[in-house]
Amino acid sequence: MLKYLLPVVLFFVLVGFLFVGLYKDPSEVSSPLIGKSTPQFSLPRLEGSRIFTQDEFQGKVSLLNVWATWCYACHQEHPILLDLADRKVAPIYGLNYKDIAAEAKQYLINYGNPYIANAFDENGRVGIEWGVYGAPETFLIDKNGIIRYKHIGPLTNDNVENIILPLIQQLQNEAS
Amino acid sequence: MKHRNTINICAVLIGCFLVCAVMAEPITVAPQYEQRYSSILGELRCLVCQNQTIAESNADLAIDLRVEVKNMLEKGATDSEIIDFMANRYGDFILYRPQLKPRTYPLWFGPFLLLAVVLLLLYFVVNRQSKDSNVKLTDEEKTQLNSILNQTEEKYTDD
Repeated sequence: MLKYLLPVVLFFVLVGFLFVGLYKDPSEVSSPLIGKSTPQFSLPRLEGSRIFTQDEFQGKVSLLNVWATWCYACHQEHPILLDLADRKVAPIYGLNYKDIAAEAKQYLINYGNPYIANAFDENGRVGIEWGVYGAPETFLIDKNGIIRYKHIGPLTNDNVENIILPLIQQLQNEAS
Repeated sequence: MKHRNTINICAVLIGCFLVCAVMAEPITVAPQYEQRYSSILGELRCLVCQNQTIAESNADLAIDLRVEVKNMLEKGATDSEIIDFMANRYGDFILYRPQLKPRTYPLWFGPFLLLAVVLLLLYFVVNRQSKDSNVKLTDEEKTQLNSILNQTEEKYTDD
């Protein structure tokens, strides 16, 4: 009996693995930065002359969105960020990645600005510190400046409602 | 005329090839670092085009990471420091040769475990088969077998 059952069982185990594999996106690589403090960095701001450092993330739950004007998926994501900013649940910071300052500023004027402030990473050096490999990427940072979640690729309404907003709520309820 | 066209086309193709070759590797490192530089790049996966190393890829990120490796080498970083730097930011997936640690044990030892299981199974199957072939015939069965063998022999000798 086992002789006939075993191949059938093995077959369904294999099918199970393949089925799960269908729904996994190989381009999404989990970040080793989750659970760690934000990398230390110091960059000019897109707006004004003050320096942007990791201290900005202390004391509140915040989001950091990596974007660029040359990044098509960022354009797609933009209305969702504007919508999220309108809800005023958590400040959204921008990391303007390998961009041209004048073009980035114009983009925010033209399409609206969801960001509290933007760090301007002209050569992408700080992007390496954050393990950025494809804009847009969005980091969720807790009150202690610890990275708690990373989303790779453009955020969708579904992501915001089901993952980002509940996580923000949860992190805001944590003691700092 | 036709001949000249061929030469022109060849020249254009060779030109293209040279341009591509130059574009792929615009970073030069000091000769004393060259060997380590290329061996480190060969160990790192480009996360943008996941089947290429950072040495091969023309993705923007790969170029940035090549510059990063070069800068770290020139600052005196060791090979393992550079590899760790990359793995700490981009995760183990960036390494073509995963480090040995509890999380990667299945990856390193899994195939050997599987081999052991298969060998064990093979041993039992072969063992059982050889036991089956050792089954002794009873006297009655022997005479029966002999008569059958004789019958067939007769049949063929008749022809």
